[in-house]
Amino acid sequence: MAAATRPARWHRNISAKVAAVPMIITAVVVFIGGTAWTVLYSFTNSKLLPREKFVGLAQYDRLWSSSKWLISIENLAIYGAFSLIFSLLIGFMLAALLDQKIRFEDTFRTILLYPFALSFIVTGLAWQWILNPDFGIQHVVRSLGWESFNFDPLYNPEIVIYGILIAGLWQGTGLIMCLMLAGLRGIDEDIWKAAKIDGIPMWKTYLFIVIPMMRGIFITAIVLIASGIIKVYDLVVAQTGGGPGISSEVPAKYVYDAMFLSQNLGQGFAASTMMLLTVVIIVVPWAYLEFGGKRK
Amino acid sequence: MTKTPHLLNGSMKYDAGPAEAGPDRALRHGDGTPSGSRMVEGPAGRKPRKALSRRNILIYGTLIVVCLYYLLPLYVMIVTSLKGMPEIRLGNIFSPPVEITFQPWVKAWAEACTGLNCDGLSRGFFNSVKILIPSVILSIAIASVNGYALANWRFKGSETFFTILIVGAFIPYQVMIYPIVIMLREIGLYGSLTGLVIVHTIFGMPILTLLFRNYFASVPQELFKAARVDGAGFWAIYFQIMVPMSLPIFVVAMILQVTGIWNDFLFGVIYTKPDLYPMTVQLNNIVNSTQGVKEYNVNMAATILTGLVPLTIYFISGKLFVRGIAAGAVKG
Amino acid sequence: MEPSISINNLSLSFGSLDVLKDLNLDVGQGEFLVLLGSSGCGKSTLLNCIAGLLDVTGGQIFIGGRNVTWEEPSQRGIGMVFQSYALYPQMTVAGNLSFGLKNAGLPKAEIQERVNRAAKVLQIEPLLNRKPAALSGGQRQRAAIGRALVRDADVFLFDEPLSNLDAKLRADLRVEIKQLHQKLSNTMIYVTHDQIEAMTLADRIAIMRGGQILQLASPNEIYNRPANKYVAEFIGSPTMNFFEGELEEAGGNYRFTSGGKTFSLDGYTFQNGPPAAGAAWFGIRPEHMVSGAEADTALVRLDGQVELVEPLGSDTLVRFTTGDQTLWVRMDGQANIRHGDAITVGFDPARANLFDKTSESRL
Repeated sequence: MAAATRPARWHRNISAKVAAVPMIITAVVVFIGGTAWTVLYSFTNSKLLPREKFVGLAQYDRLWSSSKWLISIENLAIYGAFSLIFSLLIGFMLAALLDQKIRFEDTFRTILLYPFALSFIVTGLAWQWILNPDFGIQHVVRSLGWESFNFDPLYNPEIVIYGILIAGLWQGTGLIMCLMLAGLRGIDEDIWKAAKIDGIPMWKTYLFIVIPMMRGIFITAIVLIASGIIKVYDLVVAQTGGGPGISSEVPAKYVYDAMFLSQNLGQGFAASTMMLLTVVIIVVPWAYLEFGGKRK
Repeated sequence: MTKTPHLLNGSMKYDAGPAEAGPDRALRHGDGTPSGSRMVEGPAGRKPRKALSRRNILIYGTLIVVCLYYLLPLYVMIVTSLKGMPEIRLGNIFSPPVEITFQPWVKAWAEACTGLNCDGLSRGFFNSVKILIPSVILSIAIASVNGYALANWRFKGSETFFTILIVGAFIPYQVMIYPIVIMLREIGLYGSLTGLVIVHTIFGMPILTLLFRNYFASVPQELFKAARVDGAGFWAIYFQIMVPMSLPIFVVAMILQVTGIWNDFLFGVIYTKPDLYPMTVQLNNIVNSTQGVKEYNVNMAATILTGLVPLTIYFISGKLFVRGIAAGAVKG
Repeated sequence: MEPSISINNLSLSFGSLDVLKDLNLDVGQGEFLVLLGSSGCGKSTLLNCIAGLLDVTGGQIFIGGRNVTWEEPSQRGIGMVFQSYALYPQMTVAGNLSFGLKNAGLPKAEIQERVNRAAKVLQIEPLLNRKPAALSGGQRQRAAIGRALVRDADVFLFDEPLSNLDAKLRADLRVEIKQLHQKLSNTMIYVTHDQIEAMTLADRIAIMRGGQILQLASPNEIYNRPANKYVAEFIGSPTMNFFEGELEEAGGNYRFTSGGKTFSLDGYTFQNGPPAAGAAWFGIRPEHMVSGAEADTALVRLDGQVELVEPLGSDTLVRFTTGDQTLWVRMDGQANIRHGDAITVGFDPARANLFDKTSESRL
């Protein structure tokens, strides 16, 4: 019993489809298209402007023999590893402390989280000032009597990345703490009671019962931190400008410098493709674990 | 600490203390009825706890120390920005200003030189505002409609596009920067504020869409179905039902976007011309590229000024901010 | 005989809010005591105090003759089963049972022995290597009980363990708990808001309200002789019928007058000896009223008109009006009665319940 003629298949939900056009364009054109384009052109020898001349893996050869690139990779690895470990550790411990039904919890949380609201530029500049050897920490400690105290990470090529690490942790740990706190609050109160009845001391309860229950949160935190690490750029630009020399270079800065400062688009494309590869290597196994092959 | 006697020795039950030589049993009703005091010698009432117990000292002590570490940069910035240069050269960064001066702030705002001009940060501030407002409005408008369409009006392929969007959130920006430069150049918007607004909208889409989609999906379906039965269409339902119901999530989205866009540096420096630079870029120029004498107090004043907007929003919105972060962080 | 648990003048306040007020309670060895009440009455709070999970503000707690008022939960000789079972989700059942023992430093052999023993009693041996997520509701309950069992505790505490389950499962697990008590004979204290659980499981029930125990007695006693109107209303489904009236006394004989009708109270046993006359509540359970032919020979008769019929299959609940009162009566499931029919019910005053109008205690 046909009623009025049914609208054509594509006509259904037409408003929704129209409304979703920006999302579709973004997803397809920008994300997929843009990425594909960059990867493609990394095999050309584009300089100031994109050129269609294909040169195989030449850009990659050049990339991996560039000391600037190698240093930036090394820096990223160090920054990444320490960032991950310390963010998780400090974030979790702070969350555990805040979870103890203490007074002034809101105040503490507000203080621990405010750096997250700042731009990386602000963070970088603030810590640049604090770590200034002539006026900052080194100077203060020396003037207190320890004449030979040395603490100028930003001028020491060996440890400059750690100076950046301090600033980065200051900014980012608050977020991890909030995440962990949310996770801790989601633990059934009865579990704590049961552990108390069993006579399990607090630290063991955290280690053997609560943390394993928070597996999902930890994974989210790791993904979050990891994606932030890859993107680190503003912080370096503000705090050290990549220096001293090139000792605090990072991949994101390498890309920008190549594309817009040294007029070497090809290198920029190759470097960004390498960054993409790193992300893929980390994220794909995670996505597979998390979604168990149900989806993609 | 004694272990539970039970668990150590199967045969022994408990510490056999002296038998309770209590008052006449007949007087002690154990049947719930009030009967005066039945208490005997021994521990009673609240367990004695020192306010300054080891546990409390550990917890509060650690938290206070950590908070000092977190407050340190803010304190140093403020203090430095209120000192005159001679005082800075003499003293240490931790000491409060002997003589408070607001001159550095004035200079930072109106006179600092960025290499191109000496208008101070004010130019950057207004640029940032001009970037912020359209970007926030546009990105939230589009993302909320997207989220609504995905939650309630699934059509063929919608989930796929959404997945691509989310995957896109993980892709490092660097890989998409140059193609966007080309596209903007083609439309003639490269270097303009409008172009930057579009860029912010594009990159804000994944997380915001996810936020709105999850929120709208949690709205009871019955509401939506009832509206459709009443004959309302896509846009009618959106404006008359969904939006009024979701003010909190709009606020969260706004907080996220205002913070993210105001604090942005990378897109600002790539997609605008120098006289349109947002505040963050200008700040970096003022501090890091001035030749000659570094005016630390002006630099710090400038730094604080740049951080003022998102910080204010943070302190005002408090719990909502935390919820926004948690929501945005759920999927990275 | 020394009581298994003694509570002396227990009080608990949160700031200015008194949650438990001067409670006194003795629980016998091997007794199954149920703490019954609606939410907020303090039953869970009392249980948590006994367990040591909450700090009391006044009074003492004795378990097994020992003053445990200041002792940690793990030192009190108790085991506890929670509403959500609270099994450690990342460990197997065996892991759950042995974790506390391992922590106390027991030798492996003994831990193994205890775990096996508990598993045998509870019949969860095949489940020892499974994780809680792979267990059914009933299996989880047994695993949770097992965790309490391996502690060789004398006292088991249950905090509304069946509240989260659907009716069928609840009935099945209720039976299991009762069987367990018969097998183990440990002292058990059980908190619930469900009167059916209370009536079927308890040796004695403590009905609580506002932080105080209203009545502590066997289920039978509570059912037949509730100590006050609240208890009378709480226990029994369908609820007891009440009507107000005057208690009159004439030469040692008592009568009750309500709504113009008067009937004799001969046969009724007063709780505390003959009371003074005055305003009172009269209560009679729907199932203690008879109808039809039996009503003709009952001591007190009421005539009325049927308002509503609820056929349950096993019984029929009938609501009727008589005078200005509305009452319920329970009839046989096959009764042939309809809305609008005339009805005569009767009852024996000996089964009635009288309560003082102001104090609401039993007369």
